[in-house]
Amino acid sequence: MTLRRSVIQLYKELQYMGREYPGGAAKFNTKCKQAFLNNSQEVDPVKIEMLIERGRFVQKEIEALYGLRKYRAMKHRYYDTEEMDLQTKGLKSSLKIYSGYFRNNEILCNSNDLKFE
Amino acid sequence: KQWYQRRVRGKRVIDYAVKIRVRPDQLGVVTDGVKHSMNPFDENAVEEAVRMKQKKIVKEIIVASCGPSQAQETIRTALAMGADRGIHVELAKGEEALQPLAIAKIFAALVEKEKPDLVILGKQAIDDDSNQTTQLLAGLLNWPQGTMASVVEHSEGKLTITREIDGGLEDISVKLPAVISADLRLNEPRYATLPNIMKAKKKKIEKIAASSMGIDIAPRLRVIKTVDPPVRAGGDKVPDVAVLLEKLREKGHIK
Repeated sequence: MTLRRSVIQLYKELQYMGREYPGGAAKFNTKCKQAFLNNSQEVDPVKIEMLIERGRFVQKEIEALYGLRKYRAMKHRYYDTEEMDLQTKGLKSSLKIYSGYFRNNEILCNSNDLKFE
Repeated sequence: KQWYQRRVRGKRVIDYAVKIRVRPDQLGVVTDGVKHSMNPFDENAVEEAVRMKQKKIVKEIIVASCGPSQAQETIRTALAMGADRGIHVELAKGEEALQPLAIAKIFAALVEKEKPDLVILGKQAIDDDSNQTTQLLAGLLNWPQGTMASVVEHSEGKLTITREIDGGLEDISVKLPAVISADLRLNEPRYATLPNIMKAKKKKIEKIAASSMGIDIAPRLRVIKTVDPPVRAGGDKVPDVAVLLEKLREKGHIK
């Protein structure tokens, strides 16, 4: 696959994943688009490969986020919640780390207002 | 012996993250235009089937869903996760959603037709929380069942299942063919990525009209009323112990 097609494929996949983003698909998709646009002038193939890799990494992170979020929601609803309330603090702080990563990363631009529920 | 087939069931329910609203007629919740997805426990079921196939315990995975035409999306998700083919038992527009007993009867008929060695379902649907279909199906088929499974191991035509029950874990051994229901901790379901969804479009989905199966699928239960849970009343803050005691006496908690 050519680099160009890889980038387009990555973009499509991220857009598809954005549907379930907490806080709304629209927000995620516009930021995603912006991030791709910011790097659209890049011509160095090595740099492009690196950016694609980072995009794939973000994909994995989002998959993990969705899985974790669903797991915790189910666990909270169907199982003993005492343990859960102690863990919620941990979840919020780890999500803060993620939003910090996104903020510093070039793939997604400034997302100071990225709010996690 | 290598197991031949396994059937998985995926129910299309309102997405777990959606804030549901009670319908004005109080006969249920609003479903029109609301995001739906596969029941999370069914995702665990599909994932387990796919893992068994990867371990070569299972040769073919058939996923089945009963519902309106949109249930096909749920089947496609399961196919994207790794199932081989799908069966869509279709309800016509306006036909009432099926209750667990009807689903169990339909599944029993599908089992007669496809002859799988193992049927795995999610332990309960997050919309009706019945937790009945697995048990009813096992009863209709006269097959052993392993419900609330959080660990499933296979050896020599038998499954060793760890069940999550009140007060702890229970290990049971069942002989195949059997019916299992998947619990949350059975596995971590994989995300159905876009490329996999695309590939899944090539996989076959067989359509059967529910009304043509010659099964009595009429509902046995009728929803009389659905209401929001009562709004949580605020708590009171009291300045000191004397006032606290007075309030407790007022409410009749102490004499």
